[in-house]
Amino acid sequence: MEIDLIAVQLFTGVALGAVFVLLSTGLSIIFGMLGVVNFAHGAFYMTGAYAGVFFLALTGNFWLALAAVPLLIGALGLGVERLLIRPLYGRGPDYPLLLTFGLGYVLVEIVRILFGTDGVPFETPALLSGGIDLGGLGYFPAYRLFVIAVTAVILLLLWLLLARTRYGLIIRAGARDPEILSILGIDIARVWLLVFGLGTGLAALAGLLAAPMRSVNPEMGVAVLVEAFVVTVIGGMGSLLGGAIAGMLVGIVVSLTALWMPEMSTISMFALMTLVLLIRPQGLFGRGLAR
Amino acid sequence: MSRTLTDLDRRTVLGGGLAALAAPALLLRAARAADEPIRIGFPTPLTGPFGAEAKDQVRCAQIAVDQFNAAGGLNGRKAELLVRDDKLNPGEAATRTLELIEQDHVACIVGSLSSSVQLAVNEVTKARGMLYVSISQSDTITEASDFGRTTFHEALNPHMTAGAVARHVFKPGMKVAILLADYAYGNEMAAGFRRAAAAIGGVEIVLEQKHPFGTADYSTFLPRLRSVKPDVVCICNFGRDQANSIKQAVDFGITRQARIVVPVLLYNQRLAGSPEAFEGIVGGANYYWTIEDRVPSAKAFNDAYRAANNGAVPSDYGAYGYSGVRLVLEAMRRAGGVGTDAVVRELEGYHYDTCKGPETMRACDHQAIQSVLILQSKAKAAMKSAADLFDVLAIEEGSEANLRSCADLGHKT
Repeated sequence: MEIDLIAVQLFTGVALGAVFVLLSTGLSIIFGMLGVVNFAHGAFYMTGAYAGVFFLALTGNFWLALAAVPLLIGALGLGVERLLIRPLYGRGPDYPLLLTFGLGYVLVEIVRILFGTDGVPFETPALLSGGIDLGGLGYFPAYRLFVIAVTAVILLLLWLLLARTRYGLIIRAGARDPEILSILGIDIARVWLLVFGLGTGLAALAGLLAAPMRSVNPEMGVAVLVEAFVVTVIGGMGSLLGGAIAGMLVGIVVSLTALWMPEMSTISMFALMTLVLLIRPQGLFGRGLAR
Repeated sequence: MSRTLTDLDRRTVLGGGLAALAAPALLLRAARAADEPIRIGFPTPLTGPFGAEAKDQVRCAQIAVDQFNAAGGLNGRKAELLVRDDKLNPGEAATRTLELIEQDHVACIVGSLSSSVQLAVNEVTKARGMLYVSISQSDTITEASDFGRTTFHEALNPHMTAGAVARHVFKPGMKVAILLADYAYGNEMAAGFRRAAAAIGGVEIVLEQKHPFGTADYSTFLPRLRSVKPDVVCICNFGRDQANSIKQAVDFGITRQARIVVPVLLYNQRLAGSPEAFEGIVGGANYYWTIEDRVPSAKAFNDAYRAANNGAVPSDYGAYGYSGVRLVLEAMRRAGGVGTDAVVRELEGYHYDTCKGPETMRACDHQAIQSVLILQSKAKAAMKSAADLFDVLAIEEGSEANLRSCADLGHKT
């Protein structure tokens, strides 16, 4: 009986971990490649969910929204990088940190003005509503399985982009030594612009995918920003693999805490982070302070 | 405007420094006070997760003030509502309340949402002998330890609400699991269900599982909830936690094996959730607009709200805002003044009907004895309009039998 329950709880933890991975990838990419701590990550996530609400109301098609939202918010991210972040490069990490912190508030306030302060409903797409009986693991919502699959695909594509393409090589080189890259005649500003757009697009995609699981409201990004930071810090800033493993680990720890000490389940991820920071300050897979 | 003039007078008088002038000036000031509006301080969490409920409370409280003024006020003295954002923070609420008392010279405080915030407000009002009408759920505020002579509780309390829902749903032989938010509200609601289960008899509480306040993902709490195979799952949390936990519990198939009930089925959270997620969920409420077909005062309140808000209908927590302010203004009118002692005497044992039928303010603990509605969330296909969210399954009329006795609460009887 208890063994069964532990197995179910482990599985639930992995599934929750996949959600954590999804939430933190956008943050991790931008930090790892640009060294910008994007405090507006939660706000971009929330904006993605609201853009989804808007597209859904407009077209009635979830899949169309799924394609359009990351592009739209990614484009917003491009504008933010070009107009607001770029002038701050080379001024120390606290400048973009403070800027994005303020930007987050601005985005939340804009959404409050446009959509109101109350939450808005978001239906699970009809094709993925209902659940699947996973035998001993019990009944599991089909939509969550879909989110896990999407997360796996996103990670795979990101890995292929960064590790297997010429463009990925440039991005990684830019993260290590932007000066040499410029000397080699590569427009590093353009690389950073696109990476920032990619990161915000991923944040928006995560927000849209989370919308049918959690409710949509202007403050939905606040908790997510914290969760994403915890995962990124545990995994090691800027490590894709580290982020994935850390997400799973956090999911499992939260889930098992929920089984034995449910009221401590939120705290458990911070305890895990503290432990990791004490033993390995650069995170599980972090390279240390390369820049 | 009149206040600035008074201040100016006082300053002139003090500046003159002539004691001989002071006596007539004070008399003048006392005479002026009679023309000054009756200020009602209204701390409420306009920003934060309960913002939707708070804003509707303000709209409804304003209706009560407008009606009072339109009816001539208190011998011509008009009322005025001073709304302050308490940000759902006990410290902020205490500071705002103190300002309302010391700087704005309010005649009473009505409002605040969430149990911890109202207790903070109560500490301030109690210490200053200020009249306070609380309009959010709490069991402890009427217990002897927190009770104050000037504290009145117009809202339902968890014992009444959870009790009414349990009496409607629980049957002997049932297995009940409780999922509760780990703070005062959740614990009090769970205790209410427990006491009601014991009173009914033969109802087994198989699991009580706590979750942290403000949890976004409930998936990890659900396997154990399923594993105890309950007939009924009571979800005791508030605001967005309610919408989130119900949606995810339904997604994870809880409703395939059990009924979900909540102590308070919130109008605004059902709007923010969806008809699919809430379909069939049963819960209690202090107010729901369709009782206007049988309660004349509800009809009058709804009509006033519709006229002021483009045909929209008031929410449950909005009705508290109306009821609390109207209650205290009526008592002032009957007392013929705003003196705290006189108003307290009027309120104790007061029978009234603001918007939901007859209520009585119990003299010994200042708890409003009132009805609890048992609501069920409608399927999308059954909704006749966007505001047609619930069926009224039953109305448990107000009765002292459904309250804890004043002796139980620690009051001397």
